Amino acid sequence: MSKQTPAGRAPKRVCAPLDDETADGLACGDMVSISGVIYTGRDAAHKRICEALAQGLPSPVDWSGQIIYYAGPTPARPGHVIGSCGPTTSGRMDAYTPMMLDQGLKAMIGKGPRSREVIGSMRRHHAVYLAAIGGAAALIATCVRSCEVVAYPDLGPEAIRRMEVVDYPAIVVVDARGNDLFESGPAAWRR
Amino acid sequence: MRDVTYGRIADEVARLCVEAACDLPADVERLVRAAAEAERSDFGRYAMDKVCANIDLARADGAPLCQDTGMVVVFCEVGQDAHVVGGTLEDAVNAGIARGYEDGYLRKSTVADPLFERTNTQDNTPGIIYTRLVPGDRVSLRVMPKGAGSENMSALRMLKPADGVEGVRRFVVDTVVSAGGNPCPPTIVGVGIGGNADKALQLSKLALLRTAGEPNPDARYAALEGEILDEINRSGIGPQGFGGLVTSLAVHIETYPTHIATLPVGITLNCHAARHKEVVL
Repeated sequence: MSKQTPAGRAPKRVCAPLDDETADGLACGDMVSISGVIYTGRDAAHKRICEALAQGLPSPVDWSGQIIYYAGPTPARPGHVIGSCGPTTSGRMDAYTPMMLDQGLKAMIGKGPRSREVIGSMRRHHAVYLAAIGGAAALIATCVRSCEVVAYPDLGPEAIRRMEVVDYPAIVVVDARGNDLFESGPAAWRR
Repeated sequence: MRDVTYGRIADEVARLCVEAACDLPADVERLVRAAAEAERSDFGRYAMDKVCANIDLARADGAPLCQDTGMVVVFCEVGQDAHVVGGTLEDAVNAGIARGYEDGYLRKSTVADPLFERTNTQDNTPGIIYTRLVPGDRVSLRVMPKGAGSENMSALRMLKPADGVEGVRRFVVDTVVSAGGNPCPPTIVGVGIGGNADKALQLSKLALLRTAGEPNPDARYAALEGEILDEINRSGIGPQGFGGLVTSLAVHIETYPTHIATLPVGITLNCHAARHKEVVL
């Protein structure tokens, strides 16, 4: 991966899963470098988790302290652990996110802004939202060391995957105090 | 009559799907690299550096630029003196899509029923296929894998003739600005003006196939493209919505005659990985 980061901002190392203290220590605009285990999940998986919980069934993953990565990778080519694997638009998961945060989810990786409701729920749960670079999917895949489907295999690209990542680069775009780069960034550059 | 075989069409579509996914066209790449140079915000520059590095890696490695390898839009122009043999044109195109997505390790992102089951079709078919009959004996195929992140920001508005140029400008700028970071800016903005509701949106798709950054041949529309682009880029949204100078790379307007009572405007955005490949058989 390119080591280049915005001027003067050395990335903070974050081990996944993470606790409240780590999440609270991250500020909007921080660069982070994530290593550890994260889980993918997107539209269809969120819907199923929601339906399972509504029926009193457990979620297939214990989300306590976990990072969810909104992503559906391309199939792995021979000799690769995963295909291209960039973030998808997070806003589509907004409807499900308060439910996920209630399950203990601590961080989300995706792209694009979140709703006021999600940010309010993040503040109550000491959770952070991290942005990866949408469309940089071949590059991001180089951070993935292993990948295994752990739930909903019939969903194909939308199945829940357990991923080991090393030095996954991201930007804290909404911190646990509700500061939002998608508000402050464009406001600073509006002409 | 000149024969063009089902097998040839399927082979070419399969090849174009894979090439489009991994190899960003030169016209788009030129604008992306210029944007990376022009950007001044720290986060914007960071995003553009990653985007440029990703273009190089995807091409060198034969890996898809983006995991969203899209639903495939195919514009076919079939010469009236060409004869497709061995099967139908649509079947050949879909067979090519299925093979390209399987053999190329591309993501199958198409569900059969849009509302109820949403079961993946497992081969990324059907494509969205538009066919036009044209003079000659050639078959041209333009393949545009279209990701949903940008497609979800599409918009249509039936303006009144009285809304005029200002109404068009306002609608386009508002649409791009309210899309914010969602469509993976910097985007290419396709605008269709005229026709009717469906025609305006189809024109906006065709606009995305124009050589990126090339102005409309009509000087008035070319000037409007420039003005809209400038206003979008003053919004401050910037790469990925992080804030910055470059929100869109280009605005392309296509037009068609319309009814005396209406002024339809369709908008389709494309992300910075604006993929398309074409061939003439």
